[in-house]
Order: sequence, then structure tokens, then C-alpha cells
Amino acid sequence: MSIDTARPVGKSRTWHQRHLLGLEDLSRPELETILDTAEEFAEFSQLPGQKRTELKGKTVVNLFFEPSTRTRTSFSLAARRLSADTIDFTASSSSLSKGETFIDTAKNIEAMGADLMVVRHSSPGAPYLLARHLACGVVNAGDGAHEHPTQGLLDVFTIRRAKGRIEGLTVGLVGDIAHSRVARSNIHALTKLGAKVIVCGPSTLVPPWMPQMGVEVAYCLDNILPRCDVINVLRIQFERQRSGLFPSIREYADLFGFNNERLRRGKPDLLLLAPGPINRGVELTPDVADGPHSAVLQQVTNGLAVRMAVLTLLCGASMG
Amino acid sequence: MTILRITNGRIIDPSQNLDEVGELWLQDSRLLGIGPRPDLRADRTIDATGKIVSPGLIDIHVHLREPGREEDETIATGTAAALAGGVTSVACMPNTEPALDSQAAAEFVYLQAERAGNANVFPIGAITKGREGKELAEIGGLVKGGAVAFTDDGTPVMSAEIMRRALEYCQMFDKPVMDHCEDLELTRGGVMHEGFESMRLGLRGMPAAAEEVMVHRDIALAEITGGRLHILHVSTAGSVDLIRRAKERGVKVTGEVCTHHFTLTDACLRTFDSNFKMSPPLRTQADVEAMIEGLKDGTLDAIVTDHAPHAPEKKMRELDQAPNGIVGLETLLPICVVSLIEPGHLTWPQVIERRTIKPAQIIGIDRGTLKPGAPADVTIIDPQAEWTIDCQKFRSKSRNSPFGGWKVRGRAWCVIVNGAVKVEPEGNGYRV
Repeated sequence: MSIDTARPVGKSRTWHQRHLLGLEDLSRPELETILDTAEEFAEFSQLPGQKRTELKGKTVVNLFFEPSTRTRTSFSLAARRLSADTIDFTASSSSLSKGETFIDTAKNIEAMGADLMVVRHSSPGAPYLLARHLACGVVNAGDGAHEHPTQGLLDVFTIRRAKGRIEGLTVGLVGDIAHSRVARSNIHALTKLGAKVIVCGPSTLVPPWMPQMGVEVAYCLDNILPRCDVINVLRIQFERQRSGLFPSIREYADLFGFNNERLRRGKPDLLLLAPGPINRGVELTPDVADGPHSAVLQQVTNGLAVRMAVLTLLCGASMG
Repeated sequence: MTILRITNGRIIDPSQNLDEVGELWLQDSRLLGIGPRPDLRADRTIDATGKIVSPGLIDIHVHLREPGREEDETIATGTAAALAGGVTSVACMPNTEPALDSQAAAEFVYLQAERAGNANVFPIGAITKGREGKELAEIGGLVKGGAVAFTDDGTPVMSAEIMRRALEYCQMFDKPVMDHCEDLELTRGGVMHEGFESMRLGLRGMPAAAEEVMVHRDIALAEITGGRLHILHVSTAGSVDLIRRAKERGVKVTGEVCTHHFTLTDACLRTFDSNFKMSPPLRTQADVEAMIEGLKDGTLDAIVTDHAPHAPEKKMRELDQAPNGIVGLETLLPICVVSLIEPGHLTWPQVIERRTIKPAQIIGIDRGTLKPGAPADVTIIDPQAEWTIDCQKFRSKSRNSPFGGWKVRGRAWCVIVNGAVKVEPEGNGYRV
């Protein structure tokens, strides 16, 4: 039923972390270990119907307190293709509506025998709270505006596969920086791996302390576009914003939206990422989203390999 | 008639500019004075060698939660916590349920405090009915009931017009108006100080300016009305500066600072621990330094705790969903030692002044002094006692302290309220 399980992936690598809570906590060698492990899974992850046995006998719980399709499906699939048992738990079907606290809910699920808990929550730091109170490993699948480490990893992985390197590249993060967990995880990973990062967006959505994170701040997209090897287009987080941060979607699209005309100002081999879901017509016009520069679908495919790598390394560590 | 003598202690009483080793005499519920009194025979003598004998400590910013939230604290447990911390008098905030906005509500506090028989309690009345910020509460009635000051505390009066009238109206009774300075529109949804740390953690921020615009507004209103203004829990360098300059102009303004605001910074939130969440929030290192500077030069008159108990199940939440506030009564002395005395910022007499006579003057009570005839509230401090803060041993009903596990020095050794020994020497259990 499975191919090439004789050589277990990730086993030879050094890994000590029990949790993946944020990319801020990881060193450059640790980031590279995850990317290299993901590389080993990349080919396999595209063979449908094939299974490996790295997580045989393990239980991976998806604990999602915020809507998600891509990330939850990707984690589920990654766990199953490594032969783990998976449980999906979403807030809508939860006992949270009955007044149970988040920690009690997680403890109860853990008591049923979880090895890893994959958590998404609208509160920054919620996975840290679980890591303090639970014995099992915790993976942050997005905590408010704080971090989304596997998204950051898959973005970096996609860039590395397309460009062959990270060191020395100039990467623009464009859009709602203030409310974006993807921006924070990207900044931590990219700066540690030696890329130059420019954040660009409306000045109401770019916190003034950004330069302290080692990035350049820009407000004019057309000015920075010719310098960028990669652009990561961040979605406007309407659900996290207060009102009145910019005058209209029309003005936003005019200043920061990508269309084919604007794209002509960029390098011919400009790589365009978007963590999705995108607001079509706002951040990207449909012809750009589906055009030759866009790596949107590769990101989704790579996400599977990255998550298989993360699950394998963390489960190995907790056996350790 | 009972006479109590405290000998061999270092008596520090800033109200009399006094710092000397000597004898302190108490008769029943009153102080007799300092010095050898061969004419008197003591019924009891407490040997305070190596200890500091101070006027009973006063905390003018405490939440006792009763009535309405007895699961967090009661007047009995809150005043027991006060005694354990060496505090003989507290002023309690009106954000109870119902709000402390009537004469009867003020009298209820006195009644419960008397039943508990721990520390003295002085109620602070609401400025507006129901703390809704719309109509003035019956301030005259509250004064009759014993309210010592007025504030809407956590829900600040956003209307400048009502704040102006409150400052005018309270002058009739010579009572201060206390304001929790926060522009609620600027802090909406905020979890911590707005800055580099909040950006990094993805937590919504509460900018320093949200405090400072209100401090500025209130000072302007105090200036045109001549009313007495007290700024609660000053937390930003900008606020200290505004108060300093207002005092120079002769505006009747005083300020207080919480122990945590001169000890901790917003970097503590990196743990996402809700015991670092309060309002106003922990600020930056520069703000901490400004607090200490403000204490040194007298811009900040009083040190307080903003003791804000929350039952454990309420605090053990996601950070953005947990309530604001931490307990402080039982840790205030060692935190002053760690943050102010040991680094050499303030001397013992300076710390004691900001914990006794200064706060007493702000709320207009005849305590915070060892002068003959004053109520016999005395705190004897062991400045050398080494202990580890254990939240599970708090007398408070709540455990929400950021200082659990800290190894500290300095503790209340003996506490006397109205002449009665409430904490026996070494009764705090740190030296067995």
C-alpha cells in the first residue's frame, strides 16, 4: 500500500522542539531542517492515494475555533497520508457554546488520547496557553494576528523551490500588515534566512514599529515593485479591523491591488504569492491570480509537504 | 485602659519628618507619642529591634468587589489581604454591582468593614448615577454616608461637561475627583500597551496617548474650576510630565502610581499570561523610569496597588478574553523594596511617605501619621525578611498576581489597627 517507507523521512535530522508555536521561536538551522524535510515529502505529497507510515499509531487532533478550509484540510490530509488517526473539531460543533472554557475543551480532547493538537484560534497566544496546560505537542495553525507558522513555512518553501534560494532575495509583503499573522511569520522566517523584506501597505495598516523587526517600510507599491523578486499579497482582514482604516475598497485596489498593468513594472520573473483566501478584484485581479507569475496553487500543494514535515518532526521529537 | 509600647524600632514618620530609633506609645485606639515615658506602665511591650515602625500603610486604590462579585473578593477577605500586606486602611472603588452611588451603599461598606474587623475601609463614591457617565450621583448623600472621594474608575467619564460639573460640585465638600484617564475610543478592544511588543504579538494596543489626552483634559478642567483632581494609576511618561507641569502652575492635582507600573514592562506579555493584563496596561522601560522619576521628585504623591481580584476561572482564559486587573495588597511592600529601595531610587522614609501621609491627605483622613492623638494604626516592617511569594497562600480570594514565585525581601511583621494587634509579630508566617 505504500511506497518507499524503508527510509523514514526526517529521522536522521536533529529536532528538539515539542511544539510549533511561532517562527519567531525557531533558529535558522531549525527552519532549514523543516524546509529540507518538506523537500523529501514534496514528490510523495503529489502522489494521490499513497500512504507513508511515519505517524502510524499517532492521533492528530485539529482543534479549530475559527473558520478555515485550506489549512484544516491540509493538516488533515497531511496527517492521514502519514497514517495518523485524525479528529476534526470545530467551534461550531463544540461544547464552547455550552460555556466550557477553551482550556477545558482542549484538556478533554487530549484525555481521549491526542499526540499532537493543531490549533487555530482568534486570540493571539491561545496555542501558547494550550502548550502550558497540555502534555501533548501543539501546532499553531493561526492565532489571531500573531503567527501562522506553517503558512510562513510554505510561503518560504514555495519561494525556495521557485528561486532556488532565499538568501539575497528581496521580498515584498503587500497589504494589511497590521492584522496579518502571515506577515509576522513571513518576516521572522525570511529575515532569518537572509532575505530582504519590504512591507508595503496603507499607513493605517503598517504599524510604525515595523523597522524594529528588521524590515523596510514603504507606502508606494509602484516604487518598490521593480526591486522585488517576490511579492506576497496579504488579504485585507476585514474581520479583524476596526472601521475607517482606509476610505474605500476602490481606493485600496487603486493603490495596492495587482493587475496586469501594474505587474509590468515588476521583474519579468517576479513570483507572486497569496496566502488566500483572496478577495478577488481587491488584492488581485482574476487574470493576475490565474496568470503566469502566480504561485497560488503551488502554495497549496507545498502546504501539504510542509505540514507532513512539521507533523513528522514534532512526533519524532515527542517520542524522543 | 490598655497601654502598648513598641521599643527599639526604627520609627519613620514622614508626617513629622522623623527617622529615629525610639519608643512608640499607644493608648487604647489612639497614639500617645514617641519618646521615653517613665510615667507610664505598658500592659504589653513589643520589641521591634531591627524593624521599621511606620504609620499604618494606606492604599487608596483597591477593589473589594462586594457587593456583586463576592466570588472574586469580599470586604472581609480583601481587608484580610490588606492586613497581610501591612495595610491598615484602604479606599475602595465604586465599581461594584450595584455601583457605589448612594448614601446607603457607602454605609454598607462601613458596616461590612466593621463586621470583618480587619483594616479600615473608606468608600469612594461614583461620580455619576450607576457609573453611566450621564448624571451626577447624589454626591452630598454619599459624603454623608462617608465617601471620601469620587470617581467612575474603570468606565471613565467621557463627557468633559460632566467632568467639569463634578469638579465644581465636589468643591462644596472639599472632596477630590479621581479619574481613570482613558479615552475609550482610542483603546477599544485593546489588550496591552500599543507599541513594538503589541505589534509583534499581534495583540490590539492601547496607546499612551489614550491616557494622556484625558490627563490633559482633566488638568484643563481642574484649572478652570479650581477643583481637586487626583489622577489614578498614572502609567505613561507623558502623563507624569503633564502632572509635573500642572503642579508647577499651582493646579490642585495629585497623582498615584501602581507597584506594577514601576516594576514590569509590556515585554512581560510575551508569555501571553493574563496576570500581566490590566488597565492601564504595562508600558515600556522608559515609562517605568518616568514613574520612578515622578516618585523621586514628588510629582507622583502616592503608591497604590489597584488591587483587582478576579476568580481564577475568569483569568485562566485566552489573553484577549481575560478581564483586566491583578491583586497587589499582599505583595506591595516587597515590590517597593525590589523596585525602589534596593536599586537606591527611594529611601525608606520616601516610600513610607507615599504610602502613609500623602495618600491620607489626598482622601482627607486623619491617619498616616504617628502624631499624638491620631488613630493608632501602626505597621511594623521587617525590611530583611526573605520570602518567596506564593499566590496559593494569599488571604485574598483571588490568585491573579504576576509576582508568584518571586524571591523577595521585606514584609509586614506586625500590624496594629486602631490600637488592636491584628497581625501578631511574625504572625505572617515567614519565619518559623
